[in-house]
Amino acid sequence: MSAIRAFPPLSSDRAGGQAELAHTCLYYMALMRELEDRIERKLYRQGKIVGGVYVGRGQEAIPVGTALLAGEDDVLLPAHRDMAAFLIRGIPAGRILAQYMGRVDGPTRGREGNMHMGDMKLNLVSIISALAATVPVAAGCALALRYQGKNGVAFSYFGDGATSRGDWHEGVNFASVQKLPVVFICNNNQYAYSTPLSAQMACANVADRGPAYNMPAEIVDGNDVFAVHAATQRAVAHARAGLGPYLLECKTFRMTGHSAHDAAHYVPSGMFDEWGKLDPITRCEARMLEEGWAGAGEFEHLRAAIRQEVDDAVAWAEKSPYPDPATLLDDVYESPQ
Amino acid sequence: MSTTYLEAIRQGLWEEMERDPNVFLLGEDIGVYGGAFKVTAGFFEHFGEKRVVDTPISEAAIVGASIGAGLMGLRPVAEMQFADFISCGFDQIVNFAAKCRYRWGASVPMVVRAPSGGGIHGGPYHSQNPEMWFVRTPGLKVVAPATAYDAKGLIKSAIRDNDPVIYFEHKGLYRRIKEDLPAEEYTVPIGLAKVVREGRDLSIITYGAMVWVALEAAEKLSAEGASVEVVDLRTLLPLDRETVCASVKKTSKALLLHEDTRTGGMAGELAASISESVFDYLDAPILRVTAPDTPVPYSPPLEDAFLPNAEKVVEKARWLLRY
Ligand SMILES: Cc1ncc(C[n+]2csc(CCOP(=O)(O)OP(=O)(O)O)c2C)c(N)n1
Ligand SMILES: [Mg+2]
Repeated sequence: MSAIRAFPPLSSDRAGGQAELAHTCLYYMALMRELEDRIERKLYRQGKIVGGVYVGRGQEAIPVGTALLAGEDDVLLPAHRDMAAFLIRGIPAGRILAQYMGRVDGPTRGREGNMHMGDMKLNLVSIISALAATVPVAAGCALALRYQGKNGVAFSYFGDGATSRGDWHEGVNFASVQKLPVVFICNNNQYAYSTPLSAQMACANVADRGPAYNMPAEIVDGNDVFAVHAATQRAVAHARAGLGPYLLECKTFRMTGHSAHDAAHYVPSGMFDEWGKLDPITRCEARMLEEGWAGAGEFEHLRAAIRQEVDDAVAWAEKSPYPDPATLLDDVYESPQ
Repeated sequence: MSTTYLEAIRQGLWEEMERDPNVFLLGEDIGVYGGAFKVTAGFFEHFGEKRVVDTPISEAAIVGASIGAGLMGLRPVAEMQFADFISCGFDQIVNFAAKCRYRWGASVPMVVRAPSGGGIHGGPYHSQNPEMWFVRTPGLKVVAPATAYDAKGLIKSAIRDNDPVIYFEHKGLYRRIKEDLPAEEYTVPIGLAKVVREGRDLSIITYGAMVWVALEAAEKLSAEGASVEVVDLRTLLPLDRETVCASVKKTSKALLLHEDTRTGGMAGELAASISESVFDYLDAPILRVTAPDTPVPYSPPLEDAFLPNAEKVVEKARWLLRY
């Protein structure tokens, strides 16, 4: 498991700890934003991406604030708006783009699109489309970690809508009964496709589901990467100590339609503006200036570097060939039947 | 000492757990209680709660947790209390486990044991043969042993396999059949059918409990001078079309038999495979004996009418032999 990517190099004049963390968080949030913008607003519209595009615009603090805390032994099961978790775990931007474009250098070699990818060498499990299906799988990963005597934790990601599925309840219940080391991470972006939270559940918060499983559940400002990070530290400490699972409900808002084809006319007017003021990247930058962790002008420099990184990644992905149709039958089983 | 089908499964599980510390069991009531059919009786005491995990009544979680553990390098063996409830974990099996390798190159070495089949007056929810739901799913392997020898050999192979295997064990065979098993270690390869009775005039192709029905029918027909071959598929996916077609090529007549219902059953796939490969050798239409397209009824006269039996097989076979 040596492939986990080191954080981008930091300049030496920075006060350690928090400042370093802030720069790392900002980098991954901004990279995710730029990559997804490019995917949704450019490559998709140019017809270079043929399948579904579901982005996490406005929600970047959640995968970033959580996944940065995952160590080598921890297992991540990110959902469809958690691109940064893949970046942090070591899947480069170019390979993510190749995946979207159906190229052979995507992690699934053209068998899958969007965020449906994983790599067990990185302890990264691919979701399937069926929502919440990874929740019991996360419990099984955690069971295996304990079985193997490792001190790892499973990070199980899902949206608010997914918590209505039976698989979610079965998985959470099993993890609770078995006291498994799982951190359940909900991005409550208040919509599931066009369905608002009030039509999804009769309780006000996803966290309200926690007590039914005797599981601590914490509500977090999902647009504050530092709050997400701090809450994840508490959750991970709890799970690692053998105290059982922990639920984090990260309140946020989906700043797009459900997918690239959805104009989200069903969202009451004003909500995008209201939540736009709480943008996690802007807030992170403001905090960094306030704390003196970064100087004005630094952010424009970072954005330019990220634009360049994404330009290069797009160019790399576009050079990747399409898979050979002769590989259609490969890998259904370990050995050809 | 003769070993029952149930004891053979136990032995296979036990030996694999002794051999490989990564093998563990999970399911409902399998621990202290030893399982609804007592397949795992004594395992909890010997292997402990770490390796014999009692779960809530959550088939999706049982299968899902098996997938997670399998991805992490363990070898889970999940028990469905009855095959009928496997539908509650269906999505995890067909959408998650079956597709991991093809989608993202991940191995899911998982076995799901499913006690299936009728003839025990279990009614609509304790009698079904849901194998074709899974045979329709590329990425899974599906086995259905008929003998104690194969039950043991196939559970061992299933546990060692790096792909997900659905293991259908027929409840009606658990204590009804027994045979002497080799003292030495053995496995039965997945993907190989077996000619269990040689014959010249007609091939009966079947699996699971119906193998015994076919053998009974073959015996009756032999008294009438007919030489009937019986092929036991043993594995349903991947299907050993070669052995099936070789048998039909030899006998020129095929009778397809299963306890599962008719439409969309294994017989349809076999008939298509036979006509694609050895049509020129056929001397008669391909016939089927199957359960009808109904749920499995409870009351004995209804269930008897539902299940295929030797009489029904003999009747169709005679027609084919005369053809
Ligand atoms: C079992 C299942 N039913 C329906 C869908 C179609 N679908 C895809 S995403 C989605 C909404 C998901 O909402 P939520 O869980 O809140 O996640 P979000 O997209 O808001 O991040 C739906 C209904 C699906 N993928 N799986
Ligand atoms: Mg949502």
